[in-house]
Amino acid sequence: MTDQIQQATVRPGGEAGANAAPVIELIDVYKSFGRLEVLRGVDLVLHPRETTVIIGESGVGKSVVLKHIVGLLRPDRGEVRYHGRSIGEMNAGELARLRMNFGFLFQLGALFDSLTVAENVGFPLVEQGRRSRAEIERVVTEKLRMVGLDGIQSKRPADLSGGQRKRVALARAIALDPEIILYDEPTTGLDPVRADVINELILKLRREIDATGIVVTHDMASANKVADRILMLHEGKFIFDGTSREIAEAGDERIRRFIEGRASEKDLRSLRQES
Amino acid sequence: MQLVAAIGAKTLQGLEAFGRFWVFAFQTQRLLVADLPRARLWREVMPQFYEVGNRTLPVIMITGMFVGLVLAIQSFDQLYAAGFEERMGVLVNLTLVKELGPVLAGVMLAGRVGGALTAELGTMNVTEQLDAMRVMGSDPIRHLVVPRFLACLLLAPLLTFFCDLVGAFAGWLIAVQLKGVPSEPYWYYTADATEVWDVLVGFIKSVGFGGTIGLIACYKGFHCRAGAAGVGRACTESFVAAFIAILAIDFFLATSLQGLYNALYGFKPLIQGGG
Repeated sequence: MTDQIQQATVRPGGEAGANAAPVIELIDVYKSFGRLEVLRGVDLVLHPRETTVIIGESGVGKSVVLKHIVGLLRPDRGEVRYHGRSIGEMNAGELARLRMNFGFLFQLGALFDSLTVAENVGFPLVEQGRRSRAEIERVVTEKLRMVGLDGIQSKRPADLSGGQRKRVALARAIALDPEIILYDEPTTGLDPVRADVINELILKLRREIDATGIVVTHDMASANKVADRILMLHEGKFIFDGTSREIAEAGDERIRRFIEGRASEKDLRSLRQES
Repeated sequence: MQLVAAIGAKTLQGLEAFGRFWVFAFQTQRLLVADLPRARLWREVMPQFYEVGNRTLPVIMITGMFVGLVLAIQSFDQLYAAGFEERMGVLVNLTLVKELGPVLAGVMLAGRVGGALTAELGTMNVTEQLDAMRVMGSDPIRHLVVPRFLACLLLAPLLTFFCDLVGAFAGWLIAVQLKGVPSEPYWYYTADATEVWDVLVGFIKSVGFGGTIGLIACYKGFHCRAGAAGVGRACTESFVAAFIAILAIDFFLATSLQGLYNALYGFKPLIQGGG
């Protein structure tokens, strides 16, 4: 398995974009929060127009990887590069401009409660500047139509269902036609039907705006549906890098337990002791 | 030995938090100066004026009224016994304008507005709305902290003015209408003893209190821990820190402004010694 992990840093995982220069590179990234060591030397190379899915147990540090990619978190050690340039060396202005190339779908949507749907989706357009009000309205309508929600512009996030909130957040994430879209647990908290709508949207967006996608999830149905490449994060490191077919055939007990949704013997023992 | 290590760790944590607060305060000041000529800042400040001003005014006026009533009630008997009841206005109004008006208006502002600001920004923090702003290339300090800080800074003196006004009226009501002190000498001695400098001291204090409350409330919201408990704790910490800061700033300003007055105009006795 170690060979497989080392390959991950030199071999693009999926077929799409395999020969292209990497968009994002994480090189030997370490991150701790207090005494809790979350990332322990993560290496990751992402190629353009691939949809990479990062799976792993809750609290293993999947979202922490995403936040390093957009510079919301800085590594304690190691480096994050965007098109070969170290994010850590960028100043605040450069970082703000860099982030315009990313769309980020947060786990809970992170819509601004005080703004309407239209204002939420139009927010990155206003921040970017140089656009007329009419143009912003046009883009907002177009993006809401893409996620199947045109006509709710004047509603507030509190008036929307969980699935609608995610779709509005997705419309906001793609407002600037980003080069890379990061999805943090896009299907968490949704029923299977709504979750599949989000999966279909991820596939649709890949087709229509040709973006590189990084999806963090523990939903294997979602991972299998949208992934060109799957990586599994376990105890601060990637322990698998391959396609959905390859992960289905993986022999590693940790991977098998995760994809089959089985509790570990250790967890079961502790439950028996408690009862 | 463990105790020393624990004290050392706590001290370091405290110093680190203190340093972070000053970096936060410096960033806010820098962005405030840069954005003052921009129309967008003033558009963002208007709703904050409403939140800070309109919603706090009733409690501030009620506070001022009771302060005036209590000062008059408590001072009357002693002054009457000494034959100084006509000078009651000096004690009531000078205490209000220089000390109790700004301090109690500040405390009410910290409780009513500071807590609400921390809760609002803290909720935005734990629901990743602040991260969402950063990812979209926007600076949450610029768009969330600066308008709130400016509203607190500008409205604290105005609120203090209303507190003083209602307190002065309430004091007059007790002294003149209830206790029978003649109205004309009551105001004559007040005007004779109260200088523009005294009013200025009160307003300088209130500006300091308003700015400090705004900064502490926003800082605590931006750095609160996850979950409802984290937000609740941040609100409590925000109020306690603002309250202590008000008292400390009051002492510092009272000492320095008194020294400055004596240096500029010399000592002015309000009470002439007998014999």
